[in-house]
Amino acid sequence: MIEVQNLTKRYGDKKAVDNISFTVNKGEILGFLGPNGAGKSTTMNILTGYLSSTEGVAKIGEYDVLENPLEAKKHIGYLPEHPPLYLDMTVRDYLDFIYDLKRCKIPRKSHIGEICRLVRIEEVYNRIIKNLSKGYKQRVGLAQALIGNPEVLILDEPTVGLDPKQIIDIRNLIKRLGKNHTVILSSHILPEVQAVCDRVVVINKGIIVADDTADNLSRQLSTDHKLVVRIEGPEAEVRKLLTSVPNMQSVVLLGEREKGVFEYSLEAKEGSDVRREIFNRLSNRSFPLLGMKTSEMTLEDVFLTLIDDKSKGGKK
Amino acid sequence: MGAIIKREMSSYFSSPIGYIYLAVFYLFAGFFFYMTTLQAGSTDLRGVFINLFSVLMFLIPILTMRLISEDKRQKTDQALLTAPLTLGGLVFGKFIAAFIIFAMGVAVTLVFAVVVSFFAQPDWAVVLSNMLGLLLLGGALISIGLFISSLTENQVIAAIGSFAALMFLSFIDSIAAAIPISFLSTIVKGFSFYEPYNTLTMGKIGLSPILFFISVALLFNYLTIRVFERRRWS
Repeated sequence: MIEVQNLTKRYGDKKAVDNISFTVNKGEILGFLGPNGAGKSTTMNILTGYLSSTEGVAKIGEYDVLENPLEAKKHIGYLPEHPPLYLDMTVRDYLDFIYDLKRCKIPRKSHIGEICRLVRIEEVYNRIIKNLSKGYKQRVGLAQALIGNPEVLILDEPTVGLDPKQIIDIRNLIKRLGKNHTVILSSHILPEVQAVCDRVVVINKGIIVADDTADNLSRQLSTDHKLVVRIEGPEAEVRKLLTSVPNMQSVVLLGEREKGVFEYSLEAKEGSDVRREIFNRLSNRSFPLLGMKTSEMTLEDVFLTLIDDKSKGGKK
Repeated sequence: MGAIIKREMSSYFSSPIGYIYLAVFYLFAGFFFYMTTLQAGSTDLRGVFINLFSVLMFLIPILTMRLISEDKRQKTDQALLTAPLTLGGLVFGKFIAAFIIFAMGVAVTLVFAVVVSFFAQPDWAVVLSNMLGLLLLGGALISIGLFISSLTENQVIAAIGSFAALMFLSFIDSIAAAIPISFLSTIVKGFSFYEPYNTLTMGKIGLSPILFFISVALLFNYLTIRVFERRRWS
């Protein structure tokens, strides 16, 4: 449904997007993951025809965005990073305007009413957009993208500025929309992409570092072999015990957290799971295990891991 | 294009801009009508139209200042440029919206003509020629203001820029007169807005002033479209 081939966007000497290619199949939800400034918004702006690419092709369905922009744009609903709202209009007037702008053929009243119900903005329908909270503004932005029931939805960080409950609502909504729309969604939050998307494209500094299913990516990024544990007992003995666990590569003391309780950072061989072994050994010696967690992966770690894998030729 | 016209027109009246423009236009037009026609006991409306020339120089920038700059600032241009709408449709939609508001101001001169007609029959051909001239002049100036609005995100800069540009245009005749080399002077005079406008206010509906104003309007609307295109490619 969406096809991107060797897309490059240059701003002067700087390449915002560097020769990226990917496709999105019909009915798929694709996550576009990357830190700020990675080129996510630029790519989305090119796909929607707001910017043009320096090189390469972007196609929506069978239509090239550059050669046949009007046809391509008819099939896209776009929520930019900053929702394009006319602040001096009421939600009603604004959505009416967007409806006219997109030259919708669907019956106006029922279509707009349905969208408002879907994104839950009925209660602010007659208010001026300027006075709405950030969460509502974001949802009006989403409503605007949904008008005309486009086959392709391109959503640039749709959950930014929402409270946790709204985030869950919007994620569920996107999942539901994904059943009969093709969706590209960008985010800099790994769990969000994992929760919502079928497939994930990871982008950093304008280059794609991974393109895989969400499940595969989670497996690849699994951190079960990196643990932080908190154990009560004399440091030297505990350390010796931990080091003797098979596959253990490093044991680093992080410090004394309570009296006689120490925290250690452990790293075992990649792909091995040492959690049960640690528990068994500690309980044999009656050293109470007070806490164990897998160390959390930051987006930075994700890139390092992925780039590392790639350079080892480990891209599956 | 219809959607753009409708939104821009309603936006003129959801902010004070539309009201201020109309109030000031009516005020000056009424003042000139009183001074040059009623006071002078004449049925000739030419004085009104000749004086309105300079009033447009500072009123048109008020109409055009936010047309595109505000879209850039609020990033609503992202909705406009990613909608199934041509750039031409976008630019002409904005142009027509401003032109309609402008024409609502000009319409008051029709009232003046009707008032005059109670006293004596005005020369309707001259009145219509005057109104045509004013509308054409306004259209050309609006397209210049629209173009300047597309160059900035700041509506105050757009307003001052347009104001300066239009002021400069109104001085072209004096500049031409000051140039001693005759062929240069003729060339500069060719850019005069006052000359073709004056021809029309005298009731001479000729092709050349009409074409002049229409060409200026088309040229600057085209340049505005180019500004959008260039930004997309930058």
